[in-house]
Amino acid sequence: MDLELMLKVYPFFLQAAWVTILLSVLTALLGLICGTLGAAARLSRFAVLRFLGAAYVSVFRGTPALIQLFILYFGGPQVGIQLDAFQAGVIGLGINAGAYMTETIRGAIIAIDKGQREAARTLGLSRWQATYKVILPQAARLMVRPLGVNLNMLIKATALVAAISVVELTYTAQRYIGSTYKPFEMFLLAGLLYMIIIYVTGRGVAWLDRRVQIT
Amino acid sequence: MTEQTDFVEIRHAQKSFGTLEVLKDINLTVRRGQIVGIIGSSGSGKSTLLRAINDLDPLTGGEIWLDGVQVNKKLPHRQYEKHINAMRQQVGMVFQHFNLFPHMTARENVTMAPMLLKKISREEADALAREQLDKVGMLNRIDYYPSQLSGGQKQRVAIARALAMKPKLMLFDEATSALDPELVEEVNMVMKQLAEEHMTMIIVTHEMDFAASVCDRVLFMDKGVVVEEGPPEVLFRNPAKERTREFLRKHLEGAK
Ligand SMILES: Nc1ncnc2c1ncn2[C@@H]1O[C@H](COP(=O)(O)OP(=O)(O)O)[C@@H](O)[C@H]1O
Ligand SMILES: [Mg+2]
Repeated sequence: MDLELMLKVYPFFLQAAWVTILLSVLTALLGLICGTLGAAARLSRFAVLRFLGAAYVSVFRGTPALIQLFILYFGGPQVGIQLDAFQAGVIGLGINAGAYMTETIRGAIIAIDKGQREAARTLGLSRWQATYKVILPQAARLMVRPLGVNLNMLIKATALVAAISVVELTYTAQRYIGSTYKPFEMFLLAGLLYMIIIYVTGRGVAWLDRRVQIT
Repeated sequence: MTEQTDFVEIRHAQKSFGTLEVLKDINLTVRRGQIVGIIGSSGSGKSTLLRAINDLDPLTGGEIWLDGVQVNKKLPHRQYEKHINAMRQQVGMVFQHFNLFPHMTARENVTMAPMLLKKISREEADALAREQLDKVGMLNRIDYYPSQLSGGQKQRVAIARALAMKPKLMLFDEATSALDPELVEEVNMVMKQLAEEHMTMIIVTHEMDFAASVCDRVLFMDKGVVVEEGPPEVLFRNPAKERTREFLRKHLEGAK
């Protein structure tokens, strides 16, 4: 193992890791937005919205994320969608993550005992008031862990955007392999940095989970 | 309305879940200040009837009137929601499993709805929480979460929560059935106290002694119909119908 080489290229990997982090943060935010809308649609009183929500989930969970990225980035221009690789990465991965988060958020909401909504409604709260005062605060606590799992998956999925040449960790590793012919060292370095990012995120999620629990 | 005395009126109530007919032509009148008990074996439709009054399980036929206003009137969706929310504010409901909000303290459980719906100030809410929790003997637990309370304490907070909306009518659906026997009395005491204050109440219960001691009238339901009704001393001591006698025999045996 060529430690000296690893130490030499390490600063460039660190820079690439920041791109991975930025990509992850933006993807997570977009995913949360899509997931919230998706869950609201899945739980709507309107059948059309429920259908659209279900279709969103099955399409985006039912096809490889890589194909979704390729369609958006390579196929997009054909139908008038011009995005640079980074934008396509965030949007593609974000919409994909949103499909998983839809199910996470919906799952947490339907896990709340139906007596909770009933108690709120008998006091005179409207459907929406019962949702935001009683259901969502409890569901939010249930969501933290499974959303943490979604986040973990999403960070790893950012490696896919190397295939549309976003200069993040995985792409950087591949580029340095081209010039150094040391795939073991380069991928190891990338893997280590992914591990650190995921470890720190996981600790953050565990901390948040502890914070929000009811005494 | 002129008939101020007929406070709750249920006319030809009918309810089906799919093909299962759970309520069959139920008629019931409750006068202001009256306390009506409903007894009957499990599955006879007691909860469904109580829940219909609050529109949690809307009827499939018949009418429910509360203080001169029809609860289940036909209205377009948005208007109906407004109407039903206003109706529900006047009716307190207490559930077998308490259904306290676990993320709120006793105080917050009590004040959430009045603050949200009646726009009372924080000071007023605070006074209200103290008043209502004191009434059920829970003032010393005002900042406890439900998970820190016993079953009987939870149910008393749930009653305080319902009372905080100043309801005209209280519905109790087996309020003590989920409690350990030694905790039943503290909840019954609170209900007796409400009875003394002439709160109008409909009480579904399995406790015949309790029903006999607080109710002005008791209904015996079986398979979706009211088999027999009358003052407790008549219904319990001298029932007219064989089905009532059989139920009471089984039930009193079970209690021994
Ligand atoms: N939401 C529902 N869907 C289908 N059946 C129901 C529902 N709620 C109650 N039932 C049925 O209605 C009947 C009466 O139930 P319920 O009113 O809870 O009886 P009780 O309170 O007297 O025990 C039972 O057979 C029960 O299974
Ligand atoms: Mg019942």
